[in-house]
Amino acid sequence: MSTTPTRRPEGAEPSLTPAESMTHGRASLANRAFARLSTASGVTILALLAAVTVFLVLEAMPAVTTSPAELAERISWFPEAGGILGYVGPLVFGTLLAAVLALLIGTPLAIGIALFISHYAPRRLAQGLGYLVDLLAAIPSVVYGLWGSLVLAPRIVPVQDFLAQYLGWIPLFDGPAAHPARTVFTVGVVLAVMILPIITAVCREVFLQTPRLHEEAALALGATRLEVIRTAVLPFARSGIISAAMLGLGRALGETMAVLMILSPGFAYSFALLQAGQHQTIAANIANQFPEANTYGVSTLIATGLVLFVITLAVNMLARWIVSRRAEFSGAN
Amino acid sequence: MKLNRTSRGARAGVVVGALALTLAACGSDNAVPGAAGGESSAPAAGGSELSGELVGAGASSQESAMEAWRAGFQSANPDVSVSYDPAGSGAGRTQFLEGGTDFAGSDAALDEEELATAEERCFGAGVTELPLYISPIAVIYNLPEVTEQLQMSAATIAGIFSGAITNWNDPAIAAENEGVTLPDLAITPVNRSDESGTTENFTEYLAAAAPEVWTEEPSGDWPFSGTQSAQGTSGVVQTVEGAEGTIGYADASRAGSLGTVAVKVGEEYVPFSPEAAAAVVDASPVAEGRAEHDLALELERDTTEAGAYPIVLVSYTIACLAYEEQEQVDLVKAWLTYLASEGGQQAAAGAAGNAPISETLREQVTAAIGAITLAS
Repeated sequence: MSTTPTRRPEGAEPSLTPAESMTHGRASLANRAFARLSTASGVTILALLAAVTVFLVLEAMPAVTTSPAELAERISWFPEAGGILGYVGPLVFGTLLAAVLALLIGTPLAIGIALFISHYAPRRLAQGLGYLVDLLAAIPSVVYGLWGSLVLAPRIVPVQDFLAQYLGWIPLFDGPAAHPARTVFTVGVVLAVMILPIITAVCREVFLQTPRLHEEAALALGATRLEVIRTAVLPFARSGIISAAMLGLGRALGETMAVLMILSPGFAYSFALLQAGQHQTIAANIANQFPEANTYGVSTLIATGLVLFVITLAVNMLARWIVSRRAEFSGAN
Repeated sequence: MKLNRTSRGARAGVVVGALALTLAACGSDNAVPGAAGGESSAPAAGGSELSGELVGAGASSQESAMEAWRAGFQSANPDVSVSYDPAGSGAGRTQFLEGGTDFAGSDAALDEEELATAEERCFGAGVTELPLYISPIAVIYNLPEVTEQLQMSAATIAGIFSGAITNWNDPAIAAENEGVTLPDLAITPVNRSDESGTTENFTEYLAAAAPEVWTEEPSGDWPFSGTQSAQGTSGVVQTVEGAEGTIGYADASRAGSLGTVAVKVGEEYVPFSPEAAAAVVDASPVAEGRAEHDLALELERDTTEAGAYPIVLVSYTIACLAYEEQEQVDLVKAWLTYLASEGGQQAAAGAAGNAPISETLREQVTAAIGAITLAS
């Protein structure tokens, strides 16, 4: 056992010569086995991603190569004109609209909660609150769907009516508000709650990492608590907030059950948030049409899934890029 | 709501259980007539001697009925295992035609192309399509203030669902409901958002009974956009329950406490009932150009027959008229005979709320089952 500490840094190197490993015996074998295992885990992730991509592309092929006219004939819900792009277009629009709406509602709220936990709340309350927010993430999305359609939708009607009546001149709130409120507005609110935990958790961690010295320096200069947050905490955390929001966006984009249960779907490029039957998301549409779809229908649905996959990938890569671009200014180093 | 569901489930359980007992007690009574009718060498000792496996797939509308049928049949014939994959009508027909399953459930009868394939799949003997699952579709509405049952003609219903009639106090509705105080409230029609047999049968009814108002082609997809809609029967029911002034269509057994429309047939208004639904099936002739034992129906949606309720979903059980092995022939016959039997239909009704088939139809079905033979 006494030799272990000296060997540990060496064992981290995967390039042990056979002679070395022979002399180092069992501990080295364990090291090598572990290195192999973790390498295999890393490779598995890549292989999985590749497998998913290959599956999506292969299964989507028939829908892409078949002529739109034939697809329209074989699939009852396929549009007569516009082809596969014409079909997926409104879906992409609806998906992005719902996700962005959720982000607009959710992010400020999450930052507020995170700031409260990290800078305002007494320590014991902060801990409890942190747990509670994390618990939100443990609620299955079908429960959010039930809550959204049975509890929230009937109660959000007055809010929608108010918006339509007084802010109806903004195209977003164009009335009349749908009743029951199975609208993208309700979906946005529910999705916002669903992405709260992930955004809050990441923001909280980032806020807590603000260098103590920065904050104390700001206080020493006579800054109030608000000014400390504005001048020291938020600039330091900017890239963290952005990546948190992107993580939330990723979840909102792919959310299926809640949207399926709450939204009255439609296929339009419409910004009217309060009207029913205008929007649909890709994920919810797949879940909605899959059970009765024939082979061509399934292929078309998988093609839309491929589009969602690409969008989600792009969002995550964008988030990475923003974070890496900002990293040098953040003061984290 | 919740209580309701539990009690229905419990009731279904009791019915299935009771049925299983009945079957066990008089298994031979139930299984022999079909076998005898087939003039085959089926074992005469009844269901309990059957063994083997029956595989089916198809319409999801039949799912709960199938559950009850499987339970009933398997407890009477412990050596038989029956499976049913509710993959959807289209998938069920495809799998059956490819020879992957022994029988299929389908909301639509086979089309000509499929019939040709079926001829081949069934060793040249063709298929039998039996309308064993009849389910009334109710037009449900949420108007708590209106205590009387609303009455509507097909034209009024079509007007509401096509968006031509937009308020509950519209003269067209008022004229058919004299003495009923109708609220000044916008009508919110609710339809299915997924492709469904319920939508297809409902639009078929509207197109047949009110052709001048409903000009859309019947289809499993709702023809209008921008409407309130929800996935599945439960989704529609829940949406209608969720707001006043809504109207939708759903499997009648799921209507719950919502109001249901009495539909105008001939000169009278008929509320849905199992008997009324079975009556319209009896009044409908077998589709033209079908083979002798193919009971694909030409549903008379615009029937004027007294006491018939025309908005029904008929789901077929499709089987071959010939199978490769005697054991399979016996199995399929016993299975179908059970499905058509009074006990079988009651079991399904207890679980799925469908309308049991009439005695007239049962006779035709029994004759068709009798024609199933060994492939030559």
